[in-house]
Amino acid sequence: MTASYILEQIVNGIILGSMYALIAIGFSLIYGIVRLINFAHGDIVTIGSFAMLASAVALKIPFPLAILVVLVTGAATGMMIERIAFRPMRGAPQVTGFIASLAVAIVMENIGIMTLTAQPRSFIVPAYLSKFIAIGPLSVRAIDLAIVVLAVLLMAALALFVRFTRTGMAMRATAENYNVARLMGINIDRMILLAFAIGSALAAAAGLMWGSKYSQISPLMGLIPGLKAFVAAVIGGVGSISGAMLGGYVLGLAEVLLVGLLPPEYSGYRNVFVFAVLIIILLVMPNGLLGHSTEERA
Amino acid sequence: MARRPNLLAFLAAASLGAVLVFGATATLDDYVLSIIQFVGINVILAVSLNITNGFTGLFSLGHPAFMTIGGYVTAIMSLDPKRKPFLLPDLPEWLAASHLSFLPALVTGGMVATLVAVVVGFPVLRLRGHYLAVATLGLIFIVQGLAINLDGYTRGALGLNGLPELTSLWWVYGWMLLTLYVCWKLKHSSLGRTMLAIRENELAAACLGVRITRTRILSFALGAFFAGVAGGLWAHLVTLITPSSFSFLFAFQLVVMVVLGGTGSITGAALAGALLTIATEALHPVEEAMGLFGASQVLLAVAVLLVLVFRPKGLFGMAEPDLLAWVGKSPGREPTPAGSKRQREV
Repeated sequence: MTASYILEQIVNGIILGSMYALIAIGFSLIYGIVRLINFAHGDIVTIGSFAMLASAVALKIPFPLAILVVLVTGAATGMMIERIAFRPMRGAPQVTGFIASLAVAIVMENIGIMTLTAQPRSFIVPAYLSKFIAIGPLSVRAIDLAIVVLAVLLMAALALFVRFTRTGMAMRATAENYNVARLMGINIDRMILLAFAIGSALAAAAGLMWGSKYSQISPLMGLIPGLKAFVAAVIGGVGSISGAMLGGYVLGLAEVLLVGLLPPEYSGYRNVFVFAVLIIILLVMPNGLLGHSTEERA
Repeated sequence: MARRPNLLAFLAAASLGAVLVFGATATLDDYVLSIIQFVGINVILAVSLNITNGFTGLFSLGHPAFMTIGGYVTAIMSLDPKRKPFLLPDLPEWLAASHLSFLPALVTGGMVATLVAVVVGFPVLRLRGHYLAVATLGLIFIVQGLAINLDGYTRGALGLNGLPELTSLWWVYGWMLLTLYVCWKLKHSSLGRTMLAIRENELAAACLGVRITRTRILSFALGAFFAGVAGGLWAHLVTLITPSSFSFLFAFQLVVMVVLGGTGSITGAALAGALLTIATEALHPVEEAMGLFGASQVLLAVAVLLVLVFRPKGLFGMAEPDLLAWVGKSPGREPTPAGSKRQREV
């Protein structure tokens, strides 16, 4: 086990973490405002990857432009889901929303299987993105570099938006206190829609990254990344955007390093490990690394 | 309260059911019989999940995990000792040599599932609402991962196939009756009232001296016991158990049954369990004919969304409709031990 091997694993962890972070942000944004754990979020990842396949491969739109198509498709899907499935049951107990989101996830996955079949499709990135680039002792694929850069750019844009714009401030206010924000004249429906749009666009971006990195996509691919990103959001503290970013990287690094550094016979325990971490975190630090404590009131 | 007539009514319904079971085993072919058995197993699962999710209001998705545990334990216990060392080289001597008949094997499966539920329950049941849901979801993946990786005990992803075909309609019917009876007794006992109190208002219940943790763990463990037994029945019906036999999607289907039936209503859970299973089985040929695999899942999920929007309480809410009186007027309907204790409903 050489130093460059460990370095390589760390780089892999950062790449995986970037994708987890992007998906986890959506979980946190939506939870922060509507207190809904949206299990259909993982399927937006799938939508993103197929939107990329359709636009870049089938319609031959140039790669960078196709990213825009993916973001828009993701945002539109997210808003549609909110409008159709979640708005009618707003104000219902939290568990109701949770069940509804599972139902939405199943509808999306099965429609995907019905229209696209469950067969994985190959997803090929342009040649200039699969070249290897040497950085110091490491050589990484250009696409991996692009993933990390794009993820960081998107996250920075989100952070600036939430911090410095009027709408961003309104969003924070809504997350802080839904009812008071409404009294202050903030249009709650628009804020919720916006949270779904932003979160889903980021998840769709993660989908295109997932497809480019593993060169294979299928209608069910979003399930496991979605669940793991949720774990990441919990690690960071559900409801906190910076927590989701941090949690994504922590989980990505931990998962890759565990598989890379432990003896190979333990690598099958990857998912066991991730979900065991989830349960432990929920028990030891129910509010996550950066979350605020929310008192349970009777 | 009139306890005795209720028991009599239950016995009457049970024996009517037994006559039907006898008729069914004598006349129907294997395919239809196996579907009826799936219906029965799903009724056991829905009704037992109702103890955890409906009575106590703990949103658990852990049933498939307990089914997997129960299924594997039952299979290992009832497997022919001659085959065991060959299939499962890591089993300790005493396990490899032991061989139980079906009933003790099922009970062992259920007990092991209960034990796991108690051990896991102590830490996990401190969580509330969807955090609990997510933790139990994690439990499914953990159990699945262990079943895949401990291949000396479970034969890994291949699973255990060629299990003896022990499950019959009589077994399923018997366990279904037991589950319904236990749930019925539970709902109308002081323990059941305690569970409902926790569901309605945990703080108020605690102030009235309800031992929250103990009651929560009890309801979780009781649900797990029947899930373990159902897993064993299932494994010996299809003569196969693999780590992916019971997935997270299955947990969702079970939750759907409870929600559709009305969380807390035994009759509702049982009816919804039976109807959904029949609907899914009936839609299979249609799906295959049209080549639209997954269409039934979509229909189910849309149905759930509609119920959540338009009838959030489910079919029956908390109530147990007086089916027996209704059945008494038109005999031959589905025998449900849903009795006439309506006056005790609050």
